[in-house]
Amino acid sequence: MYSGDLTAATAAETADLIASGELSADECLGTWIDRAAGDELGAYLWRASRDQADAGTAKVGGPPSGVPIAIKDIFCTAGVPTTAASKLLEGYRPPYDATAVTRVRSAGLPMLGKTNMDEFAMGSSNENSAFRPALNPWDTGRVPGGSSGGSAAAVAGGLAPWALGTDTGGSIRQPAALCGIVGLKPTYGSISRYGMIAFASSLDQCGPLTVDVTDAALMLGLLEGRDEMDSTSVGIEGGVTRPQSEDLSGLVFGVPGDLIAEGVDPGVKAAFEATLGKIRDLGGRIEDVRLPHARHGISAYYVLAPAEASTNLSRYDGVRYGNRSPGSNLVDMYEETREQGFGPEVKRRIMLGTYALSSGYYEAYYGRAQRVRTMIVRDFDAAFEAVDFVVTPTSPSVAFELGEKTGDPWAMYLNDLFTVPMSLAGVPAISIPAGLAEPEGGGPGLPVGFQIAAPAFHEQKLLEASFALEGAIGFDGSKVRSGI
Amino acid sequence: MSGATDEFEAVIGLEIHVQLSTETKMFCGCRLSFGDEPNVHTCPICLGHPGVLPVPNRRAIEYGLQIAAALECDVAPRSIFHRKNYFYPDNPKAYQISQFDIPLASNGHLGEVRIHRAHLEEDAAKMIHVGTSGRIQGSDTSLVDFNRAGTPLVEIVTEPDLTSGAQVREWGQLLRATVKQLGVSNVNMEEGSLRCDANVSIRPVGSSGLGTKTEMKNMNSFRYLERGVEAEIERQKQLVASGERVVQETLHFDPSSGELHSLRSKEESHDYRYMPEPDLVPLAPDTAMLDAAAASLPELPAARAERYHSELGIQEGAARLLSVETEWAAFFEDVLGSDESIEPRVAANWVTGEFAGELRRQGEQDPADSRVSPKSLGNLVSMVSANRVSHGSAKSVLERMVADGSDPEAIVREQGLEQISDTGELQRIVDAAIEGNAKVAEQVRGGNEKAIGALVGAVMKETRGRADGGEVTRLLRQSLGL
Ligand SMILES: [Zn+2]
Repeated sequence: MYSGDLTAATAAETADLIASGELSADECLGTWIDRAAGDELGAYLWRASRDQADAGTAKVGGPPSGVPIAIKDIFCTAGVPTTAASKLLEGYRPPYDATAVTRVRSAGLPMLGKTNMDEFAMGSSNENSAFRPALNPWDTGRVPGGSSGGSAAAVAGGLAPWALGTDTGGSIRQPAALCGIVGLKPTYGSISRYGMIAFASSLDQCGPLTVDVTDAALMLGLLEGRDEMDSTSVGIEGGVTRPQSEDLSGLVFGVPGDLIAEGVDPGVKAAFEATLGKIRDLGGRIEDVRLPHARHGISAYYVLAPAEASTNLSRYDGVRYGNRSPGSNLVDMYEETREQGFGPEVKRRIMLGTYALSSGYYEAYYGRAQRVRTMIVRDFDAAFEAVDFVVTPTSPSVAFELGEKTGDPWAMYLNDLFTVPMSLAGVPAISIPAGLAEPEGGGPGLPVGFQIAAPAFHEQKLLEASFALEGAIGFDGSKVRSGI
Repeated sequence: MSGATDEFEAVIGLEIHVQLSTETKMFCGCRLSFGDEPNVHTCPICLGHPGVLPVPNRRAIEYGLQIAAALECDVAPRSIFHRKNYFYPDNPKAYQISQFDIPLASNGHLGEVRIHRAHLEEDAAKMIHVGTSGRIQGSDTSLVDFNRAGTPLVEIVTEPDLTSGAQVREWGQLLRATVKQLGVSNVNMEEGSLRCDANVSIRPVGSSGLGTKTEMKNMNSFRYLERGVEAEIERQKQLVASGERVVQETLHFDPSSGELHSLRSKEESHDYRYMPEPDLVPLAPDTAMLDAAAASLPELPAARAERYHSELGIQEGAARLLSVETEWAAFFEDVLGSDESIEPRVAANWVTGEFAGELRRQGEQDPADSRVSPKSLGNLVSMVSANRVSHGSAKSVLERMVADGSDPEAIVREQGLEQISDTGELQRIVDAAIEGNAKVAEQVRGGNEKAIGALVGAVMKETRGRADGGEVTRLLRQSLGL
């Protein structure tokens, strides 16, 4: 019997314990199943029994085999309920596994359960889940962020060693920031999207939510790679190895001053500045960098993503699977099914996107947004000529209270202000915990995320720098994980 | 009436959907099939399950490039797939993946008709509406068979270069033969592997503008399409002649009644909200693929017709007829190959004329299935050319050959049909005829040359048709001193 507290260990440390024989994979799974069973955060939508967790998991030796994983409910899992937190898909059991799921399970990772999220990944607070909101383990009166809120809450709250999430405009990075863990959105195309329920196909990317940077590297190594089932996937040349760097000498970190000038909470700003200081301490250089079009990112994003979503979500018509609401004729059935099945934010975005693609409006909206996206891509190209990384706060604020922003979609969308440009540019970006800050109005400190973006497919470089910086920051979320 | 309507000419463009005969579907690994039990060739991808992604079928792209090469099109260096959005149960993703502003191929031609574009897309599922309405509205039940969903299609759009129903039929048959020759589709209109829509409008003769067009959907034979188009041209001419306007609509032609019905309905007013398909990268065929497509082209019907006409001296009509149907071309070439002495023009006339006619009379279609081998038909043609059998006898020999596959030599021998080629024997019969019809002979000698017919008839009767009419006339004239 292993006597330590597994919630205090990272996934990599747990994997080493199993590999050395100090901990049996069985014991490890049992511990985590028990932890997940005590979920009071609404982190899970479905939890596996021991048999279910093991079914489909390859029996392979070697790390990280045996370290269970929580999977965002946006990934299709064969025979296991997959809802994307939508009533429309309640009871739906896919006939196949997503490639990302196949990859982690063939590496020997049992599946702990399917995690809560904003419906179809549309949201930044997890309050758009059709079933229940997920709660922030640092303060259960606050949101964990979204859309991968359940995955972030599960890892930060010690209900899973690590988790899979997806990021379209910040859906991994922002909840990771709000929950005090590491969230990595890899380069678009590095991980197969096959079996990930599509929100905005040209932006969606799978990635890890983990306790630390090493775990993120370990997980990325399992996930990345070209997949025959996804024509847009290419993988990461050279793969990913465990980061080792301890200093940042010779590296230049660009701060887009004009992008982050406004709307950042003072506490977040202070933590950000302090982290810049740590970078300098480690030998890195801070420079100003211009991303002149990045501030239009949100506007472009909220045309492009809904446009793609409007066609991606059209398939939920009640004809072949999912919930069907009867109607007196075909059109009635479609309308009733979608009226009953989709939540308000999903409907809002479908309508936005449908409008943006309509004949006569296409150029003014979709066409123009595409051009903005191209300019943002060029902004990053130019920036990475001058600097190695672009850094920002991940989110303008710390975790906000449940219900605080639900009545104001635009305020909610602004959560993604700093994460969306990287999504539009397709470049990799990570959020690492940078310390705690008092929320507006006072109270105990809440986690602040520090975002680092790198050129496309430079994940290794990004992980090395993040690893060095993480060491210098020395953030500790273990008390929240163990629930003490 | 006709005075007024003749001042208008028809302008017709065609849209042809060709189902490619690949092993598997356009974007998934399901097998293609026709006539199998419903919904057995499906997977999460072609059923549009959550999370699935399309992966293009390389063979379908190759077939598309072959069609592009056969139609002498320009191939786009990077063509783009789009999503064409509409809700209908036959459309599992609620969008069809098709090509929109940058198609695979454009600017080609086949014969005298220009090709506007040819692009790749996927087929919809097949729907069966149970009940009397025959449509989803008012049906008791509507069933969907997803076996067809995702079948690769090439859509070929012509410029409005056609001017009559007959030309539509002839050109349509040429296109079908061309695609069939490539081996990339079954081009069976009844099974739906080739579907043709026609856009029809009329305009004053000499004008270059285009009138309001109507669309005729999905006829299952080119003959019906010809009739439908003719009926629609006539309808439009009558409308305009009586001062009315042509309304843009979709029409169905009922071949049994000859009537046109409007298919206009709410379902049709679509805004397809085309959007570039983010799940697919641009289709950029490399030089090797383009070269392979060009190199794979067999001799195509249009080129073959030209060769038959200019090199073999075959009349244009017969040359075209032979070229459009590959099985007829193959049969014809085998007839030629069976005997070097056969003249192509003569053989072509026999194959497309007497032989094709006799097959039809006996209820057969495909010469390859006939009991008559190219060699035995060649044998018969040689006998006629060598004057061993009269043309008339040869036709009755052919009838037997088609019926029971007998050898022509044997039939001729058995029925004693060989012509009297011995001039001495024929001369004796001629002399006897002159003697036995002295009065007639006198009339002929006296200048009534028409009367010679009676003498020819007497000789033919005596020989039971085994004499060559020309030779008999020559001998008669000689004997009568003309
Ligand atoms: Zn399939």
